Amino acid sequence: MTILGFDILSVITFLPLLGILLILGIHKEKHTIIKGITFLTALVNFLISLMLYRDFDSTTHEFQFTTNVPWIRESGINYHIGIDGISLFLILLATFLTVISVIACWNDVKEKVKGFMICLLFLELGMIGVFVSLDLFLFYVFWEVMLIPMYLLIGVWGSPARRIYAAVKFFIYTMFGSLLMLVAILVLYFYHYSVTGIYTFDLEKLYQLSIPAGMQTWLFLAFALAFAIKVPMFPFHTWLPDAHTEAPTVGSVLLAAVLLKMGTYGFLRFNLPLFPEATLQFVPLISILAIIGIIYGAMVCIVQKDLKRLIAFSSVSHLGFVMLGIFALNIQGLEGGILQMLNHGFSTGALFLLVGMIYERRHTRMIEEFGGLSKVMPIYATFFMIVMLSSIGLPGLNGFVGEFLILLGTFKSHMVYAVLAALGVILAAVYMLWMFQRVMFGEVTKDENKKLNDLSLREIIVLLPLIFFIIQIGVYPKPFLSRMDASVKHLISQVELKTWKRNTTEESLVHLADFDGVSQGE
Amino acid sequence: MTMEQIIPPILNLKILFPELLITVTALVILLYDLILSKDKKTTLACLGLLGLAVSLVYSIIMWKTGVSTYAFNHMIVVDKFTLLFNSLFIVASFITILISINYIKEEGVNYGEYYTLVLLSTVGMMLMAKANDLMIVFLGLETLSISIYVLVGFLRTNVRSNESSLKYFLLGAFSSAFLLYGIALIYGATGTTRLPDIARFIENTPSLLSNPLLLAAVGLLLVGFGFKIALVPFHMWTPDVYEGAPTSITAFMSVGVKAAAFSAFLRVFLTSFSTLRAEWAMILWILSVLTMSLGNLVALVQENIKRMLAYSSIAHAGYILVAVTAGGDLAITSIIYYLMSYTLMNLGAFTVVILYGKRGEENIHLSDYSGAGFKYPFLSAAMAVFMFSLAGIPPLAGFIGKFYIFSAAVKQGFIWLTIISVLNSLVAVYYYLRVTVIMYMKEPIKDVGELSFSIPIVIALLITTFFTLHMGILPSDYLNIAKQSIAMLLL
Repeated sequence: MTILGFDILSVITFLPLLGILLILGIHKEKHTIIKGITFLTALVNFLISLMLYRDFDSTTHEFQFTTNVPWIRESGINYHIGIDGISLFLILLATFLTVISVIACWNDVKEKVKGFMICLLFLELGMIGVFVSLDLFLFYVFWEVMLIPMYLLIGVWGSPARRIYAAVKFFIYTMFGSLLMLVAILVLYFYHYSVTGIYTFDLEKLYQLSIPAGMQTWLFLAFALAFAIKVPMFPFHTWLPDAHTEAPTVGSVLLAAVLLKMGTYGFLRFNLPLFPEATLQFVPLISILAIIGIIYGAMVCIVQKDLKRLIAFSSVSHLGFVMLGIFALNIQGLEGGILQMLNHGFSTGALFLLVGMIYERRHTRMIEEFGGLSKVMPIYATFFMIVMLSSIGLPGLNGFVGEFLILLGTFKSHMVYAVLAALGVILAAVYMLWMFQRVMFGEVTKDENKKLNDLSLREIIVLLPLIFFIIQIGVYPKPFLSRMDASVKHLISQVELKTWKRNTTEESLVHLADFDGVSQGE
Repeated sequence: MTMEQIIPPILNLKILFPELLITVTALVILLYDLILSKDKKTTLACLGLLGLAVSLVYSIIMWKTGVSTYAFNHMIVVDKFTLLFNSLFIVASFITILISINYIKEEGVNYGEYYTLVLLSTVGMMLMAKANDLMIVFLGLETLSISIYVLVGFLRTNVRSNESSLKYFLLGAFSSAFLLYGIALIYGATGTTRLPDIARFIENTPSLLSNPLLLAAVGLLLVGFGFKIALVPFHMWTPDVYEGAPTSITAFMSVGVKAAAFSAFLRVFLTSFSTLRAEWAMILWILSVLTMSLGNLVALVQENIKRMLAYSSIAHAGYILVAVTAGGDLAITSIIYYLMSYTLMNLGAFTVVILYGKRGEENIHLSDYSGAGFKYPFLSAAMAVFMFSLAGIPPLAGFIGKFYIFSAAVKQGFIWLTIISVLNSLVAVYYYLRVTVIMYMKEPIKDVGELSFSIPIVIALLITTFFTLHMGILPSDYLNIAKQSIAMLLL
């Protein structure tokens, strides 16, 4: 499928570049034009990416919309892109949230608008690039490229106090993991050569490799480190609260909603299918770290005084669920995990936007500075409640579907893990509801809070689409799940549960059908 | 193969045309300088640029036709490898002259000799690359070094410049003595200074340890080259000399001298001593780890950007040494690519330093760059590109260079060395990032005044930025050039 002679995925990936070039030609004081171009670019890109959704063939696990042309021929490096049911929604999420971000920051960003918008579009390019790459070298390039705009967003437009520290920490942390991954990629590359005599970074060819167990362990660890830092998994999460707290609102939104997903996506795309034996071997370790992340993240949330930091730590907890689901290695767990990646994108994205909106008004994010906001800002409080409940996992909203599937999948593979992880759901209710109570209910204690304006039309426009998806996935997740099915099943068959035959895909399917019925019934 | 002839010696001057042309240009500049009034010295620079451009074109044509031949009775070899290095030196020299024109004018040392010396040192570099005999290596090295000694002290009223010139001269002379002593011992051990003949002799040597004379010779050669390349522990002169020298010369040294020393180093070690590589590779392993680590760690705490780039250049030599340690055709390809990309991006960084530094190095501290990002958006963007490229962030030239060096190391099974190198590049990210932090994220602390964007320096900036991007995004052609250039070398 092509647009103006270019294949659609390349268009989606590189359209932001066109926007950047246009913006470069505009005088830096013409803010409205710059923002307008950014918005149009993001919007057009989102609309084009919807065509992916429309034309996506959910019956096959094969990569679709592929393009494969040599880039550095001598070294077997190709510009090979394509998507499957796993990356489809992440791309949509990225293009969708970029549009939302541009509207959200319309009035927030007052200084250096030109640079900000360039960074935003550059970030979109990097994010999409990561999800479409089917060549390890290409993937690595996008993976690193995307660091630069995010680093600048945090460091230049972040909150004054510790933005530089946070930006550099973000950069160095991520870079640390990725450099070791680079070594692993090279080892894999030369191993492929030694077996087949062909130099290639092509993922589909590398999938066919059977790697000796000992080597798998090391490669798995090197890849896992890069992704675990990105996710972030306990104990590699310490960059996250800083980055989130200091980043400008839309920076936090994109960081939480899309960038963190690159970590989990990396596990799905690389670790599981490339190193299946090591994956099985590391299930306990990863699951336990995920559970620690879930519970630790939630407990730290309880004591947070800063709203944004609270949401940042809640990401650690939520992403723990995603990891647990992925490493359940059955269809429910994996689909739940992937769905939860989207859910977290919507809910946490919305939460960061909401916090950003109140910060705009009050220039503080301390919970103690608020109280009784529901009286002053009823619309705000309503939106906040819906999003918060989705984050907790209230049935009928998206969070529930994801967490339920994850727990179901985990229960089937390791009952104990599921029981422990369920504690996290309870703790989530504790910290979220308590926070909500302190911020929204009670008397309006502070004078500054008495005259706050409720949400403007622009802010409502920003939030409504997110709320739509929060409810849509909560009530009827099938359009999402059905497009993942083939790819997830194929992934499971790739992992090839050699020693562990309790879950067959057929059996899983039955459960999934049951579950669809349950969720639609609500 | 024909038998080696003694009478008459094959001069084959034709293939030395680039060197001869540059030498003649240098001499013409020297003479023309006498009759030129003080404010018209730019003409001399143009003359120099012209000479360089013509020899570049000639070298490229020779490269394309694939000449592979000897001259001066096999003292000099011309093949794709040497021609590629020659082109690299010419480009480095070309850009150096571009960035010097305004600089030496502002510093009040606008003398024609400057260009003469730059050109003569370029000839020295070219001879080093073309050497097929250790004597020519030495000859080239001295031609190069003596010109550079003078150039380093070219700011003759500046104490630091004088100090660094003296320091470089004393230590440099010392290291030349090491090299010469090594050559003498090689002659003693093998009876020849001709590289292929040494190789033939060494083929029958089972181990360095079995021939102490040879062992000492290799060690001394390593010290001699190590000094010019600035390997740890022979790097002590680097930061001081780089800091004190005129910035344009620092730029030239950090790329040109280094590349020249590497070209000779590669030829000597990979052709003559190739059969003993297992033994010297072990030493290089250690040297490369030391060089990278020290360069990067010390660069972390530098406040002067010239010093920082000096330590960073030490670290980059360390990365290149990783590939030398690994060996194999991929390694040499990667070294050539790395030197090409490093030359351009490092010259680019120094171009910004010169432009931003202004007269008398007013803005030479890192903190002087604060707030530059939004005041000079294009200059800062260029600097950011160079910094990210030096740090090895894709899709820039520096990344591809590092990538291939690491590839080469992994290919030969040097996994630990690769891991140490990637951790080193992580450390390096910090100090390169710091420049962008200061430019974009700090408020300006002082008024840097107006910068003079003179045409030559802008051209230099455009050339270096373009290639840093182009070599990173579409590296295929450059890699091919590198690959073809070593085909002959490894026969």
